[in-house]
Amino acid sequence: MNPNYKLPGAQDSYSFGFLDEFAKREIRRVILKAISIPGYQTPYASREMPMGRGFGTGGLQLTLAMIGPDDTLKVIDQGSDDSVNAVNLRKFAELTCPGVSTTESTAGASLIQTRHRVPETALREDLQVPYPDPLVIVEPSEARRKVMHGEGDYARLLTKLYEDLVQFDEITISHRYPTRINGHYVIDPSPIPRYDVPRLHHAKALMLFGAGREKKIYAVPPYTDAEPLVFDDIPFRTENFNTSDGKRRACARCGATDSFLDELNLEEGGKAWQCSDTDYCNRQLAGANAREVTP
Amino acid sequence: MTPIPETPILEAPILEITGLAKQFSLHEQNEIVPSCSEVALTAFPGQLTALTGPTGAGKSSVLKCIYRTYLPSDGRMNFHKSDGTVVDLARISEQDMLQLRRTELGFVTQFLHCIPRRPAEAVVAEPLILRGIAPDQALEQARDLLARLNVPERLWRLPPATFSGGEKQRVNLARGLIAKPRLLLLDEPTASLDKATTARVIELIRAFKQAGVAMIATFHDPELVAALADAEYRLVPPQSQARLTPALETAQS
Amino acid sequence: MKPILDVQGLTRIHGTECPSCLDMTGPEHNTNVCPACGSIVAAANVSFSLQPGEILGIMGESGSGKSTVVKTLYFDQAPSRGKACFQDDTRTHDLFELNGAEQRWLRNHRFGMVYQNPNLGLNFSISAGGNIAERLLMNDLNHYGDIRRRASELLTRTDVMVGRMDESPRQFSGGMQQRVQIAKALATRPPLLFLDEVTTGLDLSVQARILDLILEIQHELDTAMIVVTHDLGVIRLLASRTLVMKHGRVIESGLTDQILEDPQHAYTQQLVASTL
Repeated sequence: MNPNYKLPGAQDSYSFGFLDEFAKREIRRVILKAISIPGYQTPYASREMPMGRGFGTGGLQLTLAMIGPDDTLKVIDQGSDDSVNAVNLRKFAELTCPGVSTTESTAGASLIQTRHRVPETALREDLQVPYPDPLVIVEPSEARRKVMHGEGDYARLLTKLYEDLVQFDEITISHRYPTRINGHYVIDPSPIPRYDVPRLHHAKALMLFGAGREKKIYAVPPYTDAEPLVFDDIPFRTENFNTSDGKRRACARCGATDSFLDELNLEEGGKAWQCSDTDYCNRQLAGANAREVTP
Repeated sequence: MTPIPETPILEAPILEITGLAKQFSLHEQNEIVPSCSEVALTAFPGQLTALTGPTGAGKSSVLKCIYRTYLPSDGRMNFHKSDGTVVDLARISEQDMLQLRRTELGFVTQFLHCIPRRPAEAVVAEPLILRGIAPDQALEQARDLLARLNVPERLWRLPPATFSGGEKQRVNLARGLIAKPRLLLLDEPTASLDKATTARVIELIRAFKQAGVAMIATFHDPELVAALADAEYRLVPPQSQARLTPALETAQS
Repeated sequence: MKPILDVQGLTRIHGTECPSCLDMTGPEHNTNVCPACGSIVAAANVSFSLQPGEILGIMGESGSGKSTVVKTLYFDQAPSRGKACFQDDTRTHDLFELNGAEQRWLRNHRFGMVYQNPNLGLNFSISAGGNIAERLLMNDLNHYGDIRRRASELLTRTDVMVGRMDESPRQFSGGMQQRVQIAKALATRPPLLFLDEVTTGLDLSVQARILDLILEIQHELDTAMIVVTHDLGVIRLLASRTLVMKHGRVIESGLTDQILEDPQHAYTQQLVASTL
């Protein structure tokens, strides 16, 4: 973004949040529809945004449709508030939504836009960017997929899981694990790791998913069943961060043993493990430090 | 055609045939070939009714008409079912005929038509299994009957396709006899059999009579007729018929 | 006993259809194509009933309409006219009045179909076991261990080497592909099974084994079947009753042994006389 760019002085005729009011109203209506049919991919008129598709245009439209001057926005990408993408999106929001405050703290945010991870701390609201239709891998025709969703016919998807088990002795899907919402629609919960899928189940926060490129919005309302697709005798497993002797690894930076860890290659060779959620890591450090200080 | 009754008629007949006629309409050759005509007979439980006459007189045809392998061109065949009702075999529905074949009507033909690759004992046991008898029990009875008909044990588990004519015929007989239908049709049952086996068959037929089974049979051997028949109907070859009569219409299921 | 399937007046015409279509086509006219409008009368006024556990044969040559009949009953095609009632235990389904979801349900839960071309019946991008698993999953079986077990059982029953269960059927011989199809069709123990020219094109010895298998299964499971074929030997072996079709019409029907020994219609006589 051009640091010298300033919005024109007389801003009365400019709408808050970049989108015109009609666009925002349509998106809000679609959001309501999506919430009332949990997991259903609701079509909407996705607007062109001043960034490439695939970088969060869907999530951004959701944010802009709902954000007000009193909101506090947190933007993360892959768990981090510092990534280029997250920074750009945050600055865009600051520019087009005068009065909005932004934060890196999960607890302090009223609206969180994220890509690829669900924050470790329990959420109040969340927005994500997925490739929405889990049936795409078994059925190329959108019309037929719609019918399959309507009839709750996920046999072919389950057959894919069966084939995985047969070939690899385990289900190899690591991200975008198909998850059944409210007992009917199966969604692609976006490229969040399996670790995060259980967080969707009966979450306190409303989770909204916007796919700009595919022009679909879907929702997991609060306190709704979100069950990963499994077989009765093969339980859903999340990533295990154990060493070879079975001990749970800790974050090298803050020492937490209950967060999703990123594996980093060190410059001097070897590997280190660190919390993917930077805000969580920071808070852990602060807490640990605070404990050290108190006599 | 003259009936020659040997035993007095005591009970109700099981089958009464009147005016039975069969002709074949061969469309390609544009010919009408008569097979039998003006056949009338009555069969009784526990009695064997023999059909005799020269070749071409239509003896096999009569049996096939009763079993509906042939569609009769004319006549009535009133069959007294086990539940007391009387049906005209010429006019009952296909489903009803299949049902009768499963339960009350049996046919030992001259040729063994069966699943080519099943063992002989399974072929013989089948009619019992179709009636709901447990498979192991059915097999036991099948083996018993095969033994009585002098079929060597080493053949029981082999498919009959490779058997000699006489062996096939014995399997055929066993299959026809095993389920003890109320009416059993026999087409030249001892044609390929040796004397010893023929004697066994005669024994079996007499036992069936005791058990109340009604039989209609064709024999080429007058001695057998003399030994077994309680009634005899001599057929004569039918006259050529100029008229073409279509097969009778049967009821819809 | 109530029939499991009762078909009345089943008709399928491709094209615009005109009032002359039915009168100007059929065995007497020796054609399926209507001379007035060019529509093809694939099947016209086909009526029959099927008892539970019975095997009905439909015999005819190309263009007879025999495949059309099963394709409409299995919902691969929609008929132009006609009624078909399927008796599912105590419920009666008017097949052509059902909506898409109901038809799909019956296909998955109550019917089985084995096609002449395995490409139509099998998914070659998944394993043989996976093909069967798919059908079991559609029938609400959700236990991986049970699915594996049942798939092996079925493949063993149909003489497919269980060691090859995890291979794609692409690698199998024609006969084995048909057997996988049969295993798949039987996975749900359907009361009604359609078999469309299932042994056509296979070597004779392979044919024989598959026909034997079909008969054994019918005895065990008491499945009602409709067997479509042009082969008299198959009819003689499997069907207790037979329909003979020509140019879309049923020209004769009766007990199989009667059709074969005492055919009434000129065409049937021709067919029977033509066996090698």
